[in-house]
Amino acid sequence: MNTPRKHFDEMLLGANDVRAPYSAYDKWFAAQDPARLTKKSKEAEAFFRRTGITFNVYGQAAAQERLIPFDLIPRIIANREWTKLSKGIEQRVRAINMFLHDIYNRQEILRAGIVPVDLVRKNVAFLPQMMGFSPPGGVYTHIVGTDIVRTGEDDFFVLEDNARTPSGVSYMLENRETMLQMFPELFSQNKVKPVSNYPKNLRRSLEASAPANCDGRPTVAILTPGIHNSAYFEHSFLADQMGVELVEGHDLRVMDGRIKMRTTRGYKTIDVLYRRVDDDYLDPLSFNPDSMLGVPGIMDVYRAGNITIANAPGTGIADDKAIYSYMPEIVEFYTGEKALLKNVQTFRCSEADSLKYVLENLDELVVKEVHGSGGYGMLVGPAASKKEITNFAAKLRKNPSNYIAQPTLSLSTVPIFAKKGLAPRHVDLRPFVLLSPKGMDITPGGLTRVALKEGSLVVNSSQGGGTKDTWVLED
Amino acid sequence: MLGKTAGGLYWMFRFLERSENTARLIEAGFRIALTRSSDTASEWKSVVTTAGVRSSYDAKYDSYTSVNVVDFLLRDPANPSSVMSSAEKARTNARMVRTALTTEVWEAVNENWMVLRDTLKRPVKETDLPTVLGNIRRQSALVRGAMHGTMLRTDIYDFAQIGTALERADNTARIIDVKYYMLLPSAQFVGSALDNVQWETILRSVSAHRSFRWLNEDDMTSANIADFLILDSRFPRSLSFCSRIIEDSLGFLAKDYNQTHPCHDVIEAQRNTFRSLSIAMVFDTGLHQFITDFINQNNALGQQIEADYRFNG
Repeated sequence: MNTPRKHFDEMLLGANDVRAPYSAYDKWFAAQDPARLTKKSKEAEAFFRRTGITFNVYGQAAAQERLIPFDLIPRIIANREWTKLSKGIEQRVRAINMFLHDIYNRQEILRAGIVPVDLVRKNVAFLPQMMGFSPPGGVYTHIVGTDIVRTGEDDFFVLEDNARTPSGVSYMLENRETMLQMFPELFSQNKVKPVSNYPKNLRRSLEASAPANCDGRPTVAILTPGIHNSAYFEHSFLADQMGVELVEGHDLRVMDGRIKMRTTRGYKTIDVLYRRVDDDYLDPLSFNPDSMLGVPGIMDVYRAGNITIANAPGTGIADDKAIYSYMPEIVEFYTGEKALLKNVQTFRCSEADSLKYVLENLDELVVKEVHGSGGYGMLVGPAASKKEITNFAAKLRKNPSNYIAQPTLSLSTVPIFAKKGLAPRHVDLRPFVLLSPKGMDITPGGLTRVALKEGSLVVNSSQGGGTKDTWVLED
Repeated sequence: MLGKTAGGLYWMFRFLERSENTARLIEAGFRIALTRSSDTASEWKSVVTTAGVRSSYDAKYDSYTSVNVVDFLLRDPANPSSVMSSAEKARTNARMVRTALTTEVWEAVNENWMVLRDTLKRPVKETDLPTVLGNIRRQSALVRGAMHGTMLRTDIYDFAQIGTALERADNTARIIDVKYYMLLPSAQFVGSALDNVQWETILRSVSAHRSFRWLNEDDMTSANIADFLILDSRFPRSLSFCSRIIEDSLGFLAKDYNQTHPCHDVIEAQRNTFRSLSIAMVFDTGLHQFITDFINQNNALGQQIEADYRFNG
């Protein structure tokens, strides 16, 4: 028989052993009437529905818009923990930018033999269209959402470096707003670092990344694939909060070598485009010719230095799951320092020895597609049936280089508010990083995603995960 | 403002207005079906015609019964102008232009849609119909209230007003178009009881049975009713009133943008016609002809505005 695995709980180390960051919260919670909390929880859901804080799930025609369940127990991080984490994230994001600049220019890391040439050149996320070009201010990843997991008091790991178009920041902001409205007293009892400056900082950061030839205050716009996109709520939320236009491909065109948007008064130049459209769809002339979501010719305007695209096209080469396994070496190569944040041990199925090991140990591993996201197409070995494992093994043998495998981590838990009181559930953390030529800004905390099903390790909202407000306490 | 946003606002408010107008048509039709023993079929048929959905209705049903018409107009997805379809399209447009709306307006539109979606999940029983129609009216009043109470008077407001007024004028004109024969002075049943019910229906379908009496006491003649629906400058659903709202809104846009367009000439010509028009002149040229011309002109004006302000590129 398996003994149940003991997970690190961030609130309760034992029955009466509350971890320090949670001590004030725990006292408050003990004094609450559960019926009142249940009522508050329902109110929060009604509020989310009414304000339309929803996401769309692909592959479900009928249920077009769903809520991401919100759990009212906050996830609390001590300042000391946060300082350590944010230093590690900063180092990692700097290294990623240097890596991108190198990969698209001199490729010294390939010459040094640290990253295999084929892994880059044959990678679909590598865009030859970006070769020999340096984006305004040398910034590739204006917005990063680094996924962090925890397994013990001092054990933090980077799970993914989302360097393309990470989403979820709107939930971070709305969760805090909801908590402030529901339980204002908590925020006078605990000194929680604010997150509400994010939209303002995002706008400043994007403006600071404008092309050199931009005179006056730069015009920023957000490019969305449209109202059917799963993250449309977030796109309109950010546009609203920043006070910028939310545009779709058909609102834009190339005129006089610039990107302009069609307004009721004529065409207006855009200097910085925060695009929430994937590389492939950005420009039908350079990438997927069938794309209706992008702007024909935008890559030419971009390469001529007449617009900033955030994030830069081709950043996917840095958060690719196969490249991920080289991140400790990448960080060291560019910064000359050891990586502050640990990587999860990763088996590259493209390598024969690893493949053999992975196939033999599928029931204990998590296997992911190299280019997958949103929790789709992955296998969580310990939770999978025999049949699922057999089927997955077949897929894996057919196309090994499409997969990486990682040991199943014993992710930390934070309690959720369940019918029978507090119940531990696994969580991860996505802090949001802004980078501009003027510097880096990391919002304290980020988005905590929580697997609501008991024992589940999959926190993705598309797979039934929920979210929590995330607090970083002042000292 | 993005051209697309202007278009989204315009259509959002057209669909909101349409949803409410369809509910009002059902209310008027339902009342006449209750108060008259025979020939409710022809009444329901004219309701479907007024709603402009004859062809899609006929494709689905071969007779005009209360149950079928009410269901088709309230909640049938096959009917693009049903209350539910319109509320859904209004919300879709609102989502698209959400950044241009205040929180209150967005929440009201979203709630309107959520309430209707729940209320209209199943066919509405006859006993519940008055409550349901009342709810629909209340929900759209909330949207309008939020709009007037919270929106900045900028181009956003202007495009919303234009959408509302164009849709409303179209609706009033189509009611007159379907019932015009009732309004002709030569109609043989003038003064009969039948006549009064019909006129009352017309007034109810524009929510004006009480306002009309307020203004005209009991002087319910066809000329008075036609004058009220077409030319009255105090009645917010008359053709002339709607036309003035559009003129004002286009005027604000011209001032705001410091730019005039062909649509400004179109509205000016229309306003000049209304200013010099009397109801006797309308009857001289022929009521039916007048209304047909107006509907075409109103549509053309809408298209001109779409082009002038680059709704679609």
